[in-house]
Amino acid sequence: MPDSQDAPAADLPKARIATASLAGCFGCHMAILDIDERLIDLMALVEFDRSPLTDIKKFTKRCDIGIIEGGCCNEENVHVLQDFRENCDILIGLGQCAIMGGLPAMRNAIMHSDEPLRECLEEAYITGRYIRNKTHNIPNDPALPLLLDKVYACSEVVEMDYQIPGCAPTGDVIFETLSKLLTGKFRGFERETIKFD
Amino acid sequence: MSDFTFTIDEIEIPAKEGQTIMEAADAAGVYIPRLCDHEGLRHQGGCRVCTVKAAGRSVSACTQPAEPGLAVENETPHINKLRRDLVEMLFHEGNHLCPICEASGNCELQAMAYRLDMTEPTRFPYLEPCRPVDASHPDIALDTNRCISCGRCIRASQDVDQKGVFGYVGRGIHRHVAANGPDLAHTDAEITDFAISDEVCPVGCIIRKRVGFVTPIGEREFDKGLIGRKISEKRNA
Repeated sequence: MPDSQDAPAADLPKARIATASLAGCFGCHMAILDIDERLIDLMALVEFDRSPLTDIKKFTKRCDIGIIEGGCCNEENVHVLQDFRENCDILIGLGQCAIMGGLPAMRNAIMHSDEPLRECLEEAYITGRYIRNKTHNIPNDPALPLLLDKVYACSEVVEMDYQIPGCAPTGDVIFETLSKLLTGKFRGFERETIKFD
Repeated sequence: MSDFTFTIDEIEIPAKEGQTIMEAADAAGVYIPRLCDHEGLRHQGGCRVCTVKAAGRSVSACTQPAEPGLAVENETPHINKLRRDLVEMLFHEGNHLCPICEASGNCELQAMAYRLDMTEPTRFPYLEPCRPVDASHPDIALDTNRCISCGRCIRASQDVDQKGVFGYVGRGIHRHVAANGPDLAHTDAEITDFAISDEVCPVGCIIRKRVGFVTPIGEREFDKGLIGRKISEKRNA
């Protein structure tokens, strides 16, 4: 475990961080918890705004750092991502789904269908061999966000400032990146610490 | 015995007449990144990841013969940026989803991206081509979504196995590697072929069925260290 020498001094004004999980599995948010006891050092320096961790749904004020897990698979994801871009000085893509679509992007090209989205939904709700769906309908409640034609990487929707690779990134990489960003010392990743899987 | 010497990043490299820059560098323990070149296969010079500056000109180290006194630049920020852009474009040209690929950790494309620090947010669009999966063969599957057209399987099959199971088809952007038959089951491909062995396909395109996760993620070749370390270790030894 890297030591926390690079952790910023506690007398700076607290930075504001917002996080969101779009088309992800929450694994990257779980990875934030892998920072373990160093979270206490980190929490001395930051406060959370909108985040699943705080259950705050809307920005209360402008944030220094926005952390995005997952790509965009529906229109709500796009709205949230655009909202983050407008309200955050630095936007970080956390994990492979945010960076290149990840597992949800399997529906984009691997289906070899002219209409991969329709085929995916029909397989999931109607034609799949192990489906017990008594209505034989694809869910279409107006409250459900409209699915996009394909899953988009975050950088295809808005400009991203940094991306932390991994599925999920390690707590060490997240901690190092955040603490260095907070002190203006971030100069890229140690190549030995990077993993795409 | 070397016939002459030349330099790579000011390190003196002994070389024999007819050796390429990369062959001499490998023997001397200086790693030059490469994807389409593989020990034991004829050189192709296709991927250009091994681009070096020889006497100021960009050349592929795997095909350019070494010459006495030649000054070669290899690990410079400028050249590594060119290489990183090439590797990044390969990621965008196919469907390279590391978290769902059984080659992850053994993949040379992925390992090259690690080595070249490919972590900046991308500047290129993902092309997301629709490419077929051929699982017709009882022991082998082809997921061409992951193919980078390096042609190593083509050369291995032709030159080592004496078979010609694979070949290039199409032209320009449509050029790709294909099995020499209606599908892989209708070719001479066998699981014992060199072309099918772990070391030939640099990515997860040629899949040996039923062995994909024998080594778990996290304990694989490039989980242990950077690509090229085995060549560099020769020099440090």
